[in-house]
Amino acid sequence: MELTGLLHYGVFTLTMVGIYGVLALGLNVQWGYTGMLNIGVAAFYAVGAYTTAILTAAPSPDHLGGFGLPFIVGLVGAGVVAGLLALVVGLVTLNLRSDYLAIASIGIAEIVRLVLKNEAWMTNGVRGIAGIDTPLASLVPGYADLGYLVLVGVILALVYWGVQRAFRAPWGRVLRALRENEPAALAAGKNVLAFRVSAFVLGSVIMGLGGALYAHFNGYVSPSDFQPMLATFLVWVMLIAGGSGNNRGALLGALVIWLVWSGTEMLAGLMPEGLGTQASALRVFLVGLLLEIILLTRPQGLLPEKPPRRVDE
Amino acid sequence: MTEILQLVIYGLVLGSIISLGAIGVSLIFGILRFAHFAHGDLMTLGAYFALVFYGTLELPMPVAFVVALALTAGVAVLLDKLLYRQLRRSSPVILLIASVGVALMVRSVIQMVWGTSNVVYDQGITMPYVVWGLRIKPDWLVILGGVAVLVTAVHIFLQHTTMGKAMRATADNMDLARISGIDTERVVMWTWILGAALAAAAGIFLGMDTRLHPVMGWRMLLPVFAAAILGGIGRPYGAIVGGLIIGFAQEFSTLVLPPSYKTAVAFAIMVIMLVVRPTGLFRGRS
Repeated sequence: MELTGLLHYGVFTLTMVGIYGVLALGLNVQWGYTGMLNIGVAAFYAVGAYTTAILTAAPSPDHLGGFGLPFIVGLVGAGVVAGLLALVVGLVTLNLRSDYLAIASIGIAEIVRLVLKNEAWMTNGVRGIAGIDTPLASLVPGYADLGYLVLVGVILALVYWGVQRAFRAPWGRVLRALRENEPAALAAGKNVLAFRVSAFVLGSVIMGLGGALYAHFNGYVSPSDFQPMLATFLVWVMLIAGGSGNNRGALLGALVIWLVWSGTEMLAGLMPEGLGTQASALRVFLVGLLLEIILLTRPQGLLPEKPPRRVDE
Repeated sequence: MTEILQLVIYGLVLGSIISLGAIGVSLIFGILRFAHFAHGDLMTLGAYFALVFYGTLELPMPVAFVVALALTAGVAVLLDKLLYRQLRRSSPVILLIASVGVALMVRSVIQMVWGTSNVVYDQGITMPYVVWGLRIKPDWLVILGGVAVLVTAVHIFLQHTTMGKAMRATADNMDLARISGIDTERVVMWTWILGAALAAAAGIFLGMDTRLHPVMGWRMLLPVFAAAILGGIGRPYGAIVGGLIIGFAQEFSTLVLPPSYKTAVAFAIMVIMLVVRPTGLFRGRS
């Protein structure tokens, strides 16, 4: 019995690490590769989660759809809708300096939050959308979540492979050039806006996938799942702690910070009963403090960025 | 007609609160070159400091107000010494990320100390004055009077004191200010004091107008940024105009949009401004 509990906890932890790993890889494309400040990670994450919820849930009078479509359609849809949102935002804001993108991105997150909360015909408002299938639940009989963990692992591996390829490709090289010296990249004849927008869209598509993975794992989405700052903030701390610009670092950061984050939950559990809000606030405080300490002492993260080796070396 | 005038009054109150926040954001942005994401949470902190001295210790509101401003300014200076100053040599975006962390830490402390429920300064309902069919809450007169006094004080400070001139010079051109012998570290400290005190005042006024809540300031951050950008970064007077425009726009939008989308209006104006004229109405830094 004890062992089963431990296994369940392990599977839960690894699945969440996998989902946050996907989000951190998405942010790495935007911030790590290109230096674009997206403080609205939660927006793309939430859009992905709701898209798949509407596409795959059973029909319901409470919200748009559901259309009862298969998981894969939900996943692709989540990426497409998150990407379209990113395309619109990107075309407008990516010509501006990075601070303005940061400010614009919290605006997007706020608007997405308002829409999810207020447009009840589409999202069922604060009551959220329930009945989202967890695929592959029957892969390992008796361990419903284990099958899904495998699926998350496969998708994470595919995303990792993709962004790693992109990093080495000429496209990734241009992104780094833009990050380091925009005028030089411009002088070399690179279309700055096109590269920025494509990186922003790619990162956001990946975040949308992360949202879809979360929705299918949780089986239920509501606006309170996407406390805009918490999700965004955790992903940022993961990427910075792990090492911006390094995909392996992003994954390591997702693992370490998720463990720290659940560790603080246990710490908070030790606090006296009835201090629930204090305990959760304390957790956020500790993660904030951790971020500042990392920025002050090891801003390059655990695994610093390494320029890719040349093929002919 | 009455309805329109009533919205003008709402807009004036909201706009002047936004202005106070925007002056600080604009100066910090102009001098330290980063968008201070913890500004909204400094507003919240100021509001709760005032609650301690007014609600708990039962001091008169003006005293609680001044003490809250001083304490919030102290917190900001401390944050600068412990954190922001250490990061100033790295790129400004690192400061921005650090300030997002500060925003969450400040909010967590507020939640730990004061809880997450809504609080008000004064229980009970005060009857609004009715003038020509317009409802005017007594608190609004206090707020508008307070903002007028503070804005005048800021004006005198910026125009007629050495530090104020140094601050404007630094916001214009940091390097030029430094070779002219301006002690930029002192300018930075005064920027924090001024910005944080005004943020605290904005938070207290917001708390008087509505209620106190740990995310009240964070929710104002977008309108405040929008106002600062609209007015032109590093242009405190522009920030005041920007704040009023955003305030009016948000209130007038309720004629056509559900009130819950007020923030979206501030955002839309900001985005249009960034696209059409990124330097703002008053030609701040782009």
